[in-house]
Amino acid sequence: MQPTQFIVSADSVGERMSDFMAHLRTHGIPAGVFECSEVLRSLTLLNPLHSEDLRLACRTVCTGDREQYQRFDELFNAFWFARGRQRSSINSSQNVRSPRNQPQPSRKPADQQSQSGRGSAEQPDNESGDGDEHSHSGDGKLIGSRIRNIEKTDLRELMVPEEMARAELLARRLANAIRDRRSRRRRADRRGAKIDLRRVIRASISHAGDPVQLYRQHRPDRSVHLVALLDVSGSMTVYARVFLAFLKGLVSHDHRTDAYLFHTSLVKVSDALRDNDTLRAVNRLSVMAQGFGGGTRIGSNLQQFNQQYAARTISGRSVVIIFSDGYDTDPPELLAGALQKLKKRNCKIIWLNPLKGWKDYEPVARGMAAALPMLDLFAAANTLESLAALEPHLTRL
Amino acid sequence: MTFRALQTELAEHGYIATDELAMALHLSMSLSRPILLEGEAGVGKTDVAKTLAQIQSCELIRLQCYEGLDASAAIYEWNYQRQLLSIRALTEQTDSTSLASVENEIFSERYLLKRPLLQAITQTQTPVLLIDEIDRADEEFEAYLLELLSDFQLSIPELGTINAVTRPHVVLTSNGTRDLSDALRRRCLYAWVNYPDRATELAILQKRLPQVEASLAQQVVGFVQALRKEELEKNPGVAEMLDWAAALYGLGINDLTEDPEALQASLVCLLKTRADFESVPTEVAQRLAGTAG
Repeated sequence: MQPTQFIVSADSVGERMSDFMAHLRTHGIPAGVFECSEVLRSLTLLNPLHSEDLRLACRTVCTGDREQYQRFDELFNAFWFARGRQRSSINSSQNVRSPRNQPQPSRKPADQQSQSGRGSAEQPDNESGDGDEHSHSGDGKLIGSRIRNIEKTDLRELMVPEEMARAELLARRLANAIRDRRSRRRRADRRGAKIDLRRVIRASISHAGDPVQLYRQHRPDRSVHLVALLDVSGSMTVYARVFLAFLKGLVSHDHRTDAYLFHTSLVKVSDALRDNDTLRAVNRLSVMAQGFGGGTRIGSNLQQFNQQYAARTISGRSVVIIFSDGYDTDPPELLAGALQKLKKRNCKIIWLNPLKGWKDYEPVARGMAAALPMLDLFAAANTLESLAALEPHLTRL
Repeated sequence: MTFRALQTELAEHGYIATDELAMALHLSMSLSRPILLEGEAGVGKTDVAKTLAQIQSCELIRLQCYEGLDASAAIYEWNYQRQLLSIRALTEQTDSTSLASVENEIFSERYLLKRPLLQAITQTQTPVLLIDEIDRADEEFEAYLLELLSDFQLSIPELGTINAVTRPHVVLTSNGTRDLSDALRRRCLYAWVNYPDRATELAILQKRLPQVEASLAQQVVGFVQALRKEELEKNPGVAEMLDWAAALYGLGINDLTEDPEALQASLVCLLKTRADFESVPTEVAQRLAGTAG
């Protein structure tokens, strides 16, 4: 894990700014030396004591796409307006060198209990959780963050190395089962399995009917594009371990596979999962999965997926895998509508529901019932074994 | 000039920009970096460039991207017909010794057709270069662009490298039909342009169509804002809103609720697919209009 270290004795604006860039990098925004110098250049063009201007300038220079653009404010606040509180107005030199000059709020006791050794880089978590909305008002109140931290620790504990390795392996096998699709048409190929008789005979004419040259054909690969959506709401916490590792397995072996987590909002985690350093990947995940273990809004998340990502990623060759128990706080019509829209893109939709593994399970969750007609495969998945049992179904799909 | 000054100037020319956008534009101009604007269709990305050109009172050079756009359409092309003619003319006149000079002659700038990108870097007065819908061009073309955007120079094999006379203000827009490469994104400043909020949109409407009455303007903007929250395949953009307001004004409608049929008929300005049209029947339109004021 690489928490952002706040160097308390930075001497110049430049040094602070390069710390900030390091902070951004830790959280997945690729800001380097060039961005740093550009920000410093732009500082000369605006009033550096005006923090709002600074924020706008940094954002336009450092971010590269919409996701980063939206995430930036939190990272900015976490770095410059240190540690769990946000001041509505900052005066004089505190702006640029603020954390050093500001009196540090005494968060220590709470920190040490549950968050030993973490930098405040993860402050955004604490600022915007479900119950914390009210504390945004900038009154300098300390935010009780213990519960959320426990949730975060959980996420880390979920990743037990052996389990993970197994789940990854399994994911790879399943992904291969789904992915390996052959085209129905055949193409000429020198080492193909089938002999192209038509062509052989046509060519034999010039040899008085003797088939001198054998032509072959094969079926070219038409690999399927996998998209996985994992529900990480409270009701799914027990299964999250298996699924997260599974997701990592899916994503890390094929660069085209995409993975998303959702609870009350949707985050794309493909890049974070692809990180070779497992612990860093998990760390990045926990930053991204703010509200992990909270409520679920499957319908509106799928809707957001439709609007933001589906248009350019989902096609007839896509398989969308949803891991969720179907307990939805949105009305079921929303979910059904979103799935219908997704289905219109001609993709396959697989829903893996951990509850279905239970005896006498009926899809009573209203959301689940509404979703059923749109699914190509609805299957149980609460343990690695049940996931493994899916292989023949997926191959047939 | 601060970004506030730029913002007011943009407003004077009929473009209401948010703080974020104004700051991004300001930095892009003063740092002379290209700026990448992303956002839904119809939020006014292209108009930014046009207005910028007006403010600077300089030329706007526009390159509309499409699939299959290549160097010969975007950067330069030799004027082959003219080259052929000159070859004929020159070889008839002189003997073979001057062949080398013929070759030099026909690959000179006189025979070069400048396409938008080359045009943009050879202007004496800094132009605004708008590269519209860059996501429609293919990835190979992005690679071409990189050289231009980082060093403002282009290479033509027969002539060598051409350096920019002046650095154009480059504005790239994208609708997100595909992901752009990180290399391109890194070279640009970035701004996400959202649909304007109610107050901003009202300001835009009043700026562009001052003749529309205030009460109707309120209703129009409220209606369009509400419509964007409905589930539509294609959300109405700012341009559609302006069209619609102009249409209503032209039809002499002063209140959206007074004539449901006329309202329904005028919706052609806003809804552009059949499914969208069906999802906003008269009742829905009336409900939206009722709450819009």
